[in-house]
Amino acid sequence: MTDPEHAESVIHDTPLASRHESLGARMIDFAGWRMPVQYTSILDEHRAVRERVGLFDLSHMGELIVEGAAAGDALAGAVVSNPPSLAVGRAHYSMICAPDGGVLDDLIIYRLAEDRFMVVANAANAQVVSDALAERLEGTRAVLDDQSLATGLVAIQGPRSVDVLTPLTDVDLGALRYYAIAEGSVAGIPAHVARTGYTGEDGFEVFVEIGRTGELWDKLLEAVRAADGVPVGLGARDTLRLEAGMPLYGNELDRTTTPFDAGLGRVVKLDKPGDFVGRAALEKVAADGPKRRLIGLIVEGRGIARHGYPVSISERRSGIVTSGTQSPTLGVPIAMAYVAPSDGEPGTMVDVEIRDGRVPAKVVPLPFYRRSS
Amino acid sequence: MSAPSDLRYTRDHEWVRVDGGEATVGITQYAADQLGDIVFVELPEAGRDLEVAKAFGVVESVKAVSDLFAPLTGEVTGTNDALAGEPELVNSDPYGAGWMIKMSVADKAQLDDLLDGEGYDDLIAAG
Repeated sequence: MTDPEHAESVIHDTPLASRHESLGARMIDFAGWRMPVQYTSILDEHRAVRERVGLFDLSHMGELIVEGAAAGDALAGAVVSNPPSLAVGRAHYSMICAPDGGVLDDLIIYRLAEDRFMVVANAANAQVVSDALAERLEGTRAVLDDQSLATGLVAIQGPRSVDVLTPLTDVDLGALRYYAIAEGSVAGIPAHVARTGYTGEDGFEVFVEIGRTGELWDKLLEAVRAADGVPVGLGARDTLRLEAGMPLYGNELDRTTTPFDAGLGRVVKLDKPGDFVGRAALEKVAADGPKRRLIGLIVEGRGIARHGYPVSISERRSGIVTSGTQSPTLGVPIAMAYVAPSDGEPGTMVDVEIRDGRVPAKVVPLPFYRRSS
Repeated sequence: MSAPSDLRYTRDHEWVRVDGGEATVGITQYAADQLGDIVFVELPEAGRDLEVAKAFGVVESVKAVSDLFAPLTGEVTGTNDALAGEPELVNSDPYGAGWMIKMSVADKAQLDDLLDGEGYDDLIAAG
C-alpha cells in the first residue's frame, strides 16, 4: 500500500523539467508533478497548435500495461468499454467507474498485441486507476504492470505534425489512422507512436522509455521549431481541449459523475458479455436517464464564465459551470456546464452568475471547435 | 525591468500617475506578466465612488481572475474604453495604452502611503 500523505507530499519531475526551465517556462505543481503551465503565452501556444504545430510533455500521465492470455476479458470486467473488441494496433476512449457508476478516471486503452494492452490514465488518478485495476484483475489470468514512472510521453499536435514527424520515424504515418498505435522508432529511439491527442487537431503521442525522453524531446523540438511551432504548456492544453469539447477529470468528470451525465454514454458498452464494475448502477442510469446534462455555453454578455459559477434560467438555479475561458479561436467566452436535462437544448438562453451580475449565455452543441478536413 | 520612477504603486500591483487633482490608474508590468495573456477587463462606470484598498474592477487572463484594488479614495472620472476590444493592451503597454481608469483624488495624504518606483522594485525583488 502507498501512504497517501507521503504520496501527496512528493512532487515528481518529468525527465524534461530542466529543459522546461531553460526554455523559460512558468512551472506549477499539477497532480503531484512539476509541470510547465506556459512557456511564453497561452494564447500564442494555443494558436500555434491550431495553425501550425506544438510539442507537449505528457510524461506525468500514467501508463498501465495489462497483459496475459485473459488480458482483454479481464479489462472488460474492470472498465466500461469492451477492450476485446479492439483490433491489435487500435485504441479507444474509455472510463473506469466505481460500483456506484461514478467515474474514477477517463482513459485511452490501446491494444498493443493480442494479449497486451496499455491503459493511459490521468496523472492525478494514475495511482487510483493502478490500485483499482490491480484489485479488479486479481484472480484473473492477466497481470498489471504499472509503467508510469518508466515511460516518457511527448505529444506533437497540430496540422503540421505529420510533416514534422514523418522524416523522424520509420512508422508509416499515412497508414496510421486516428486512434491507432504502431511500434517503431522516432529519432532513432524505440517508441510507440499513437495518433491520439487532446487538442482537437491531428497529432501524435510518442511513448518511449523514460531515460530517452530528453533525447526525443530535443529532436522533436528542433523539428517543431523548424516548422514554426513551439513547446506548449498545460495552460494551452486546457484551452485547446475545452474548445474541442473534451472533458477534463476534476472539472467535467469526477466520482459523483456518471459517463451518461457527461454525454458519454456511448462509451459504456452495456451489451458486452459478462459483468463489469459499475454495470448495475449504469444500467439504471441508462434506463432512467441522467439527472443532469453536460452542455456547451457561449456567453453573450460581458464576462467569462468560470469553473464553479452558478447557471440559472429566469432566477431558477439550473446548474454549474465546469470549465470556462475566453476561446482563443472563436474570440468569445465559452464554457461547459452541467444543467438540468430539460434546460440543455441547444438554443436555450441561460444566465451565468458572474460575480455580482447575471450574464446571458446560449446553449450550443459541443464541440465549440472542429477542425476542417 | 524596473518600475517607472514617475509613478506611484500599491502593494497590490496597481500604479498611479497623478496630474493635478486627477489620477490615472493601471496595473504594473509585473502584474500583467504574472497574469499572462489578459482577455477581459471589467471597469466601473464614470461617477462611481471608490474607496482606497477596496476592489473596483476585475482583470482576467486565460487562466485566472484577479481583483483590481483602488489605490486611492475618489470618484471615477473616466475609463479606458479601448480595453473592451483590446484587453491585450494591458500586457503590451501596461503604463501607457493599457491604463484602466482616471479618478479624482479626494485625499492627497493617501499618496504618501503609496510606494515610489524604487520601493515597488524592492517589493518585487523581495518576492
